[in-house]
Amino acid sequence: MTNRVVVTGMGVLSPIGNNIKEFTENLKSGISGIKYIPELKDFGFRCQIGGLINYSFEYDEILRNFFLESASKFVKYTIITAHEAFKTANLQFEYDPDSEPDFDTGVIIGSSIGAIDYYINTIYQKVINKEIRKLRSTTTEYSMISAPSAILAGIIGAANYVGFNSSACATGLESIILGYNRIKNGEAKRMITGGVDIYSPYAWAGFEALRILPIDYNDKPTKASRPMSKSASGFVPAEGCGIIILENLEVAIKRNAPIFAEIIGAAINSGGQRNGGSITASNPQGLISCIQNALHSANINAQEIDYISGHLTSTSNDTKEIYCWAKALNRYNEDFPYINALKSLTGHCQSAAGTIETIAAIIQMNENFLHPSLNCEDLHPEIEHIVSHTKIPFFTKSNLYLQTIIKANLGFGDINAVLILKKFNL
Amino acid sequence: MNNNEIKEIVLNIIKKYTLKKEELENLPENPHIINDLKINSARIVEIIIDIEEKFNIEIENELLKKINYLNDIIDIIKSKVEKKNN
Repeated sequence: MTNRVVVTGMGVLSPIGNNIKEFTENLKSGISGIKYIPELKDFGFRCQIGGLINYSFEYDEILRNFFLESASKFVKYTIITAHEAFKTANLQFEYDPDSEPDFDTGVIIGSSIGAIDYYINTIYQKVINKEIRKLRSTTTEYSMISAPSAILAGIIGAANYVGFNSSACATGLESIILGYNRIKNGEAKRMITGGVDIYSPYAWAGFEALRILPIDYNDKPTKASRPMSKSASGFVPAEGCGIIILENLEVAIKRNAPIFAEIIGAAINSGGQRNGGSITASNPQGLISCIQNALHSANINAQEIDYISGHLTSTSNDTKEIYCWAKALNRYNEDFPYINALKSLTGHCQSAAGTIETIAAIIQMNENFLHPSLNCEDLHPEIEHIVSHTKIPFFTKSNLYLQTIIKANLGFGDINAVLILKKFNL
Repeated sequence: MNNNEIKEIVLNIIKKYTLKKEELENLPENPHIINDLKINSARIVEIIIDIEEKFNIEIENELLKKINYLNDIIDIIKSKVEKKNN
C-alpha cells in the first residue's frame, strides 16, 4: 500500500527574498538578486558577481533562542528557514526537552560545501595558532556535515530517519524525493527536507577553476544569469536555503494542515558518465529515462504536464536539457509545456537550488502565474527550434491555469532528479 | 572579589547554556552543575572557556574533574584570581 504525500510547509532564504512573502513578490516582479561582490575582486576572481542572502544574523532572535549565534552559517540558514517552514505548516517550532521523541517525523537536509566557513574562520585559525585549547565544545556539532539535520532534529524531537544527503546541484531535489519515498512507503508520517549552501570564496574558487563562471558581467551583474540564451556563458554562483515539509495526506488532513501541493511522482538516476555524460556533463539518455520514470511513477501522460521548472543553469548544457525534455515528453514547439529558469533571478544556489526552485514552482502553480525567465530574449537557436517563444515567459505571465508541474535538477556526477507535483484535490 | 560577586558572574555565564531558564530560580544553596542547573555535560567546556576569558585565568584540565558543584567552580576561580593578583 502506498500513501499520498503532500507539501504542508515551506521556508526560503534566498538572494531574492528572506521569506515566502518577499520571495513571491520578487518572483512576480522578476527581480534579479545577482550583485557585484567586491571581495571576489580582491581575491583575484575573474567572475566577481553572485547571489547572496541579505539577512542580518546578528542579534537574530531565533538563533539566540536556540544558542546558535556562533554556529556555522549552514546551520544558521537551516534553522531560520525551518522556523518559517514550521510557521507556514502551523506546527510548533520550539525546544521542549520534556516532550516525547517523535518517531513519525524525520529530517533530511543536504549540502555540498557544508561548514566551510567554520573550518576556515574558526577551526583553521585556532589550530594554526596552536590554540586548540580555546576551541569550543560545539566545534564538531557545528562543523559536521550532518549538523543542520542533527540540530534541527534536536529542536523538534524528530526521531524517524535523521540524515543528510549530497548529490551536488541535485541535492535539494533529491532530499525532497528521499523524504517523499519514506512517507509514500509508510516509513514516516512527516519529513523535513531541504538543501543549504553558503557563499564562500574558498568553495567558489573551484567553479572559477573549472572556467564555468561568466566573466564579462562584473559591471552588469543582473544580466549575467541567462539560461536558454545563445549568449549564456556560465552559471552565476549563489547561496541559499530551502526547507519543505512533507506529510502523509491523512495526517495532514487530521490536523487541518495547509496543503500547498501534492507530490505524485519522482525518479532519481544517473547517466553513468557514459554516452556524452561525464562527472560534469549529463548523458541525455539518463535524463530522458529519469523524466520518463517519474511520469511512470506518477501514472500520468506527458500531455498532462503544464509547466516545467528546469534545471537550466545558463551554460551550454541548457540546450541539451531542452532536447531531453522534448524527447522524453514527446512535445515540441507550441505543444511544449511552459518553461522558465529561476536561476535567471537567483543564480545557482547549488544544493539549495532544487528546494528553492520547487518552492517557486509550487507558488507559481498555486497563484497561476509564471515568473519571467530573465535575459533569454536572444534565445539559443537550438532551443528556438524545439520550443515556441510563447512557452517561455520573457515577462511575468498571469491568468494561467497550472495543474501539473514537473521539476528537474541535474548534479555533478551525471546525477538526475525529477519530481512531479499537482494542485491538491481530495 | 567576594564569593557572592563571583557567584553572580558565574551564574550569568551558566544562564547562556542552561536548557531551562526557569530552573535558575529557586536554586539550592550549592547547586550541582549538571543535575540542578540542567547543563548538557558537553557545555561544561564552554562555561570554563567563558570563565577563563572573563576572569583572565587558566583552568587546567585536571581541575575540571573536580568540578561537580557551583561552589567548586567558585573556589577555583577565587584561588586563581588571588594567585594572579599576588
